[in-house]
Amino acid sequence: MSDILVSEQSASDASGRPTGRLLEVDDLRVEFRTRDGVAKVINGVTYHVDAGETLAVLGESGSGKSVTAQTIMGILDTPPGYVTGGQVRFHGRDMLAMSSEQRRRIRGEGIAMIFQDALSALNPVFTVGFQIGEQFRIRRGMSRADAKKRTIEMLDLVQIPNAKGRVNNYPHQFSGGMRQRVMIAMSLALDPEVLIADEPTTALDVTVQAQIMDLLAELQRERRMGLILITHDLGVVADVADRIAVMYAGRIVEEANVHELYAKPAHPYTLGLLDSIPRIDEKGQQLRTIKGLPPSLLNIPPGCPFNPRCPMAQPICREKVPPLLQLGPTRASACHFAEELVNNG
Amino acid sequence: MSDPTIGSMVTTPPAEDPAVAGGTAPPDAGLPAGKQRQGKPRGLLGDAWLDLRRRPMFWIPAVLILIFVVMAAVPQLFTHTDPTQGLLERSRVAPSGSAWFGYDVQGQDVYARVIYGARASIVVAVLSTIGTVLIGGAIGILAGFRGGWVDAVLSRIADIFFGLPFVLGAIVILFTFNKPGSSNSTFKIMMLVIVSLVVLTWPVSMRIMRSSVLATKEADYIVAARALGASSARIVFKHLLPNCLAPLLVYSTILIGSFIGAEATLSFLGVGLHSPVVSWGIMISESQNYIRVSPHLLLFPATFLVIAVLSFVMLGEAVREALDPKLR
Repeated sequence: MSDILVSEQSASDASGRPTGRLLEVDDLRVEFRTRDGVAKVINGVTYHVDAGETLAVLGESGSGKSVTAQTIMGILDTPPGYVTGGQVRFHGRDMLAMSSEQRRRIRGEGIAMIFQDALSALNPVFTVGFQIGEQFRIRRGMSRADAKKRTIEMLDLVQIPNAKGRVNNYPHQFSGGMRQRVMIAMSLALDPEVLIADEPTTALDVTVQAQIMDLLAELQRERRMGLILITHDLGVVADVADRIAVMYAGRIVEEANVHELYAKPAHPYTLGLLDSIPRIDEKGQQLRTIKGLPPSLLNIPPGCPFNPRCPMAQPICREKVPPLLQLGPTRASACHFAEELVNNG
Repeated sequence: MSDPTIGSMVTTPPAEDPAVAGGTAPPDAGLPAGKQRQGKPRGLLGDAWLDLRRRPMFWIPAVLILIFVVMAAVPQLFTHTDPTQGLLERSRVAPSGSAWFGYDVQGQDVYARVIYGARASIVVAVLSTIGTVLIGGAIGILAGFRGGWVDAVLSRIADIFFGLPFVLGAIVILFTFNKPGSSNSTFKIMMLVIVSLVVLTWPVSMRIMRSSVLATKEADYIVAARALGASSARIVFKHLLPNCLAPLLVYSTILIGSFIGAEATLSFLGVGLHSPVVSWGIMISESQNYIRVSPHLLLFPATFLVIAVLSFVMLGEAVREALDPKLR
């Protein structure tokens, strides 16, 4: 790491010309206008995902990872949420500039999403077969019989035992893990190019979590999908992600491929996150945490948003917002002292 | 199986505790193989029907309602006596073997009048209920789904109508459009009674529908449907409506009962239906001066009214349970 590229990170050309990437989020800004003031939830998020690649978006609650996903999908609640800047490009075309009808066509076929709690994300009054088959019938114009056949194939694909018998069951008749499989089958029905999984395993117990993650990883490989995995679970990320983007207070604070990030984090926040993973050899000792709380998004402190909690904070951190700087071909960090961190470890 | 008990009328599924939802259930936990439904997929109504078929709580009220409907359509099947032919010499004669329900003040046969009275009472109640539910429900969906200024305007309009006292409002409407003695057209009076009932009661249906739409449209499965590219019309009619219908359906069955009573009230006040039209309401109001000396004048029409109301309420309850897959 001797020659460090110091340039503003740009996933695309400044002109916004297509760069051949599947999905790009470019300098996205979203704010929530509430009675108490304007909460700047997303402050210039930039990331991208290519075909066959898994990007993990990591961050604690309120860091803006889910809101970014909602903005990509176009399911942001307006009001209170407003997009105030930036672009979301799918195959190089800015989705935020499209008509709502054009965006609707991309949903499901181009980009699909898996929700955290599969029980509440499945309509309780319809059988799972109906809900999955609905897409084949409406979007593909299939007959009921064909749609059912395809639905059973989808349920087989997500490894639901006895798919033929369970296609007429209601969501509440499935266990948590099976429900999440149904949800995955539903999202994949129209063969999307990008899949956004918003904490897909949070509501599941650990063994089921592993099964679902394996399934997702397998399907992603087979179909060469771009997968955006939103999570706060570092353990989940290490197994399946190719690249990681760490979010804090509506910004990307670090982006790197998995090995780099785990070996040598280039941001004190990432360092703190990795440090707070409980370790078996420290059993009985107090768990380490990052002191303090994330800043209120209504009132983000000047300078680096992480400075009040940062053990390495210097005067410059309270004055100047560190830009996301490229540290190497695959990694970037938004810390004034990123180089020192990486070099000294 | 985690099957939350739903006691409330609103059917929006409660957000299950993630820890519970995650559950320790084995991956293939489900119904025993024998209970799994095989064969071709059925819609919501198909499944509800399968469920209803097995319930006595559905069959009893259904049969009773069928009897009342037949009674309303062809009263001649039940009696050959003319309900309006009175002989004053048999005024208030008590029930006997020849006249099971006795005779009223005018010497008219109570049994025949009760049978013929079903028509006016049921037609008014059912049509008013359908009107209220359709108008109130449609406005409620619109207000709840669109939100914003549409909701504000529609809700305020509903508030205005809600503020009108029911009896006073109905008297004003019926007096304005049909001065007593000006017309004896049964059809016209019936329509006016129905219209005034609908106009004065739709805000309640609207509020019920609006609140359940508001609760349901935030649900993840509506967001998920949107995220998978469903159109607005599809979301409203296919995903929102079936989840919002139950509270209104239950309310409407209660409404049928109270409309039978409301029709009687208006008849009693002299602005609704009146003789020679026969209705249970008219019979009850006519009996009020003789309750102590001739209780049979009140007893028989009131019994029919109670059974009719009860049947509709029971039917509504059975249908609601059948429409909610979680209660199966």
